[in-house]
Amino acid sequence: MHRYVVKRLLLAVPTLLGAAALVFVLLRLVPGDVCVIRLGSGGAHVDPAAVAACRETLGLDDPWPVQFLDFLWNYISLDFGNSMWSGNPVAHEIAVRLPVSLQIAILATIIAILFAIPLGTISALRENTWLDHAVRVIAIAGIATPSFWLGIMSLVLVLDITYLATGKAWMPPIDYVPLWQDPVRNLSMVLLPALTVGYRYSAVTMRLTRSAMLEVMREDYIRTARSKGLLEQIIVNRHALKNALLPVVTLIGIEFAFLIGGLVVTEQVFNLNGIGRLLVLAVQNQDNTLTQALVMLIVATFVFTNLVVDLLYAWLDPRIRFS
Amino acid sequence: MYVRTAATCIGLGVAAIAIAAGPAGAQTPKRGGTLTYMIPADSPPSFDGHRETTFATVHSAAPFYSVLIRVPPDNPASTTEFVCDLCTEMPEPTDGGKTYTFKIRPDVKFHDGSKLTAKDVAASWQKIVFPPEGVTSARVSYYAMVDKIEAPDDSTVVFRLKYPTTAFLPALADPFTWIYKKEIIDKDPHWYQKNIMGSGPFKFVSYDIGQSIKGTRNPDYYHKGKPYLDGFVGIYAAKQSVRVEAMRADRAAMEFRGVPPSARDELVKEGGKEIVVQDSDWNCGNIITPNHKKKPFDDVRVRRALMLAVDQWKGAQALSKIAIVRSVGGIVFPGSPLAATKEELQQIAGYWPDIEKSRAEAKRLLKEAGAEGLSFELTNRNVDQPYKFVGTWLIGEWKKIGLNVEQKVLPTGPWFQAMRSGSFDVVVDANCQSVVNPVLDTGKYLPQSVYPESYGGYEDPKSVELYQKMLRETDPKAQRVAMRAYEKHTLDTMAHAIVTPYWYRIIPMQSYVKGWKISPSHYLNQDLANIWLDK
Repeated sequence: MHRYVVKRLLLAVPTLLGAAALVFVLLRLVPGDVCVIRLGSGGAHVDPAAVAACRETLGLDDPWPVQFLDFLWNYISLDFGNSMWSGNPVAHEIAVRLPVSLQIAILATIIAILFAIPLGTISALRENTWLDHAVRVIAIAGIATPSFWLGIMSLVLVLDITYLATGKAWMPPIDYVPLWQDPVRNLSMVLLPALTVGYRYSAVTMRLTRSAMLEVMREDYIRTARSKGLLEQIIVNRHALKNALLPVVTLIGIEFAFLIGGLVVTEQVFNLNGIGRLLVLAVQNQDNTLTQALVMLIVATFVFTNLVVDLLYAWLDPRIRFS
Repeated sequence: MYVRTAATCIGLGVAAIAIAAGPAGAQTPKRGGTLTYMIPADSPPSFDGHRETTFATVHSAAPFYSVLIRVPPDNPASTTEFVCDLCTEMPEPTDGGKTYTFKIRPDVKFHDGSKLTAKDVAASWQKIVFPPEGVTSARVSYYAMVDKIEAPDDSTVVFRLKYPTTAFLPALADPFTWIYKKEIIDKDPHWYQKNIMGSGPFKFVSYDIGQSIKGTRNPDYYHKGKPYLDGFVGIYAAKQSVRVEAMRADRAAMEFRGVPPSARDELVKEGGKEIVVQDSDWNCGNIITPNHKKKPFDDVRVRRALMLAVDQWKGAQALSKIAIVRSVGGIVFPGSPLAATKEELQQIAGYWPDIEKSRAEAKRLLKEAGAEGLSFELTNRNVDQPYKFVGTWLIGEWKKIGLNVEQKVLPTGPWFQAMRSGSFDVVVDANCQSVVNPVLDTGKYLPQSVYPESYGGYEDPKSVELYQKMLRETDPKAQRVAMRAYEKHTLDTMAHAIVTPYWYRIIPMQSYVKGWKISPSHYLNQDLANIWLDK
């Protein structure tokens, strides 16, 4: 297994290199640069000498191959550079935001697992009953509803309900406090976004759990287990669910990786200072260094999550062996 | 400037009342409390006001700093009045208007306890006007008239100009010109990008990147009795819906940039008497610039036709209901004594009172130029308020004379690049200034060879000559005449640009916030020293 892990990690290198080349070129194809935006975003006079000095300082005048080699060499030596916009180390910019995105991603995943797997299983076991129909309606609504819209609606709802009930509108705090500093304030801020994101996440997972369970429940070994007189609970929990979870675990892994950098609009709606909001800011400001680092972070998260998912397969299905 | 109650804003049948905002002293200010306000940005690029141009820097760090002179905090709407912050009295210029000598207050301390002297003031201004190599100063060109800055002793700063100009004092009151400690900038001129240490009404407490900035009352502040607040918290919230909801729920008392009419109406409707609104014309506007290097916009008849098709007077009225624009103006901010009156504007093409006559003339000019039914692209910035509203309105106006215009909306970077490289037909540009300084602000209409951020791509020696005459004229009446000649030449004779209605700044806030008065710029009056909370 160790050899398998090492092999997978080595295979990640060309993936990361490809992603690096792609993001590097795409960013430089966009007209304009961070210096003009920074010195002219106020709408007032932009001093051309100041723009030229800024470009020189940031190395934007260097030829592309030089910039690319610098970028690669810095990453190899674990120096991710400084943000072109703020001048802060990229690692610091990301470290500040990562806990927020991670917390939302973990909470949303917990919510998704707690709802999706039991409901998806029940839905499959009670196929074509009112319960199954109800679960499927909930799931389809969750897939069809963008989580940012749900976020806005849930905020408006909270404001309206509290206003009607108390005469004073209330909403969650808009300035983030870490969990260990003030758990109540922290949770009151992150719970709503985690629920809105978790709803869509659980809807997708619920549908996959249901279809996987339906497929597994029709397998010969389930019929054999039943003919042996095993209890239905044991058949479902020990034989069906564990096998049905293989595609579900893959989905959960991919969704989790997506949540790290993909909550672009949700983070803005709830004023969460996370990786998604940072990515939008970096792209808007044409902050190439930061955008490159964030894309690489997201790619690395996907690669790592996929590896973890593959390793989980062996635990779920002992027939799978790594070579 | 006035404070409007909720009822007037939404027209609930209550007689429209506009309560003139009395001076802050009309009520006795209360001490204490923390003001929580929102900063409509993700974070400032740095804290160095000398280097940055964005309001995010000012809204974050202005409360920590002093400036030499400023617009009066009690009357920031004034476009002609300037008062001392660090100086003891406003000087009368000597040497034929070329020398300004400022005496510096003796009772000012930096937040580290050291004394602020004229040497610190002079060193800060040297950094702004004559930045050393490797140091970026965003406003060097504002101070082209400055020859020397000297500090002959610890209490005197002398500015020597190359020529007398009325543009100097307003430029000196720029809100980004914070006074830094000489010892620090001598050691490291970049230190203030990441650090804060001033002599302003508040001391720096903390900054959570992209989240919030906090300040606490400076007990040694030299304007005795101020600030009234114990402290402040500025929360970064780029998304407008978050800011409106936060104000609704009183998570924050206000923001200082401005909201569109729809957000104001929503807040006023929900908040009733708990929300008050201050509004003002804004020293920002969208300028529509045809690319003179592209056919047929090299033909003045076509450019004039574009101007003549637009009904500024009705358009401004209609747009003001949905967008942050309101007042019709020429090249000078409407609140300035140098601005054209309505009667003067109506003499200029594009401002004629009879729009039918105007459009008939536009059609005639297009026919004469062989540009009937012309199709072109209007390049715009991907910002809703008011860029896209203005762009959409213009397209409708131009359609009325048979033009087919397609709006091409670009993100900020590519939009800038399109203007700088001249790869556009007609572009929605912007001119957003802080202190109302018409003499400098109107430099935007000069040819690109003189003013690099003018994107029309034309050469016009006559324009330069008229501008220079106005720039160096110190007699107010003669200067006004010179400004009219420059304006007429720019907008009418040559039709270099179309000035769309000026932006309108709308600030809704919790009614318990007192002492703050709106100004024509979101950069001004941001040190929070006058604000108090009536709680």
